Amino acid sequence: MYDAGKIFAGLIIFILLVTSPFWYNRAMGKSLQMPVPKIVTTERLCVLPRAEMRARHMALLDNWRQTVVRTGERTYVTEDGRRFNMSLTLTCMKCHPNKSEFCDKCHNYEEVQPICWNCHVTPEEKPK
Amino acid sequence: MKISKRDFLKIAGVGLAGLAVKPALRAIAQAERPVAAPKSGIFAGKRMGMVIDARKCTTKDGCRDCITACHAAHNVPDIRDPKNPGLVDVRHEVKWIWTEPYRNAFPTAEQRFMDEEIERKPFLVFCNHCDNPPCVRVCPTKATWKREDGIVMVDWHRCIGCRFCLAACPYGSRSFNWFDPRPFIGRQNPEFPTRMKGVAEKCTFCEERLSRGQAPACVEACKEKAMFFGDLNDAKIEARKMLRARFSIRRKPELGTSPQVYYLV
Repeated sequence: MYDAGKIFAGLIIFILLVTSPFWYNRAMGKSLQMPVPKIVTTERLCVLPRAEMRARHMALLDNWRQTVVRTGERTYVTEDGRRFNMSLTLTCMKCHPNKSEFCDKCHNYEEVQPICWNCHVTPEEKPK
Repeated sequence: MKISKRDFLKIAGVGLAGLAVKPALRAIAQAERPVAAPKSGIFAGKRMGMVIDARKCTTKDGCRDCITACHAAHNVPDIRDPKNPGLVDVRHEVKWIWTEPYRNAFPTAEQRFMDEEIERKPFLVFCNHCDNPPCVRVCPTKATWKREDGIVMVDWHRCIGCRFCLAACPYGSRSFNWFDPRPFIGRQNPEFPTRMKGVAEKCTFCEERLSRGQAPACVEACKEKAMFFGDLNDAKIEARKMLRARFSIRRKPELGTSPQVYYLV
């Protein structure tokens, strides 16, 4: 192999550059942590069990929106028979009015940008 | 080891079938949880429509109660001409319900000699929720469709902003959001969404209020009680009684759209 030394040196520099944000954070003492969404409601149960909401809330919301807009049916019945109005603004955000600490935390971490709030109005949050 | 052609094919077949196991299991595991099954045809047999008593409407000149109520309830932006804030920016305005003079509202029903009062009077116009809506025919994504109860709905989630519906509607009932409407909304109604840049919008006969058993916002706001709303298939309702008792006209019925807003003149 010609110029093996140069190639390997280049590769090492390249890898260091690409991973530099991790080294930088490590050096600054900020280790990457899983975000913990802040739950402010005193309600014990969500419409689905917590683990399921975490994993599949987007599918549920998508289902709700299709059902409400397309069929006009607005009541969601949980498996244990509780009834909810299928509405992001009127149901979800009533228990979770803290969008920046509840929704945005994980969405930012996961780098997903749902466009829900381009139209749906969020409860006003007190600026800190 | 030697494998016969037959054995090889058998093993390959079983192997291929095995590949299908995971997606099949996943599909079963992720099957949608039961959402309350839509009652079959909750709108079936209905034909929602509006009757406007044009003689009662605008008896008090300059009344805009219904327009204000509708636009406040639905977060309709008030877009002003940047050069002259006193005027509406007609190129970008968004409107669900507004007024037109008779000659614009009923251009093909114009007479040479008419009651001057009718000529001058502003007529209330909004989406006609046609029986045969051209906007629905042209929508390439089925973002707009006619519900079973006749209400022509727009699914703003699904609208791609092609504006075919604006071109197709012969009544100008549709508006387009040329830019983010939020800065132009005076006080947001938190219970109703705003729209975003790039979607078409129009009157929905207050579908969200009907679902709560309320009358449309304009009907409720009308102090003159000049608007009658209901299922026009039901012969017993007030709107049908009015239609039986008085002569009514519709906007451009000759186009075959079968508009469902009737004006008592």
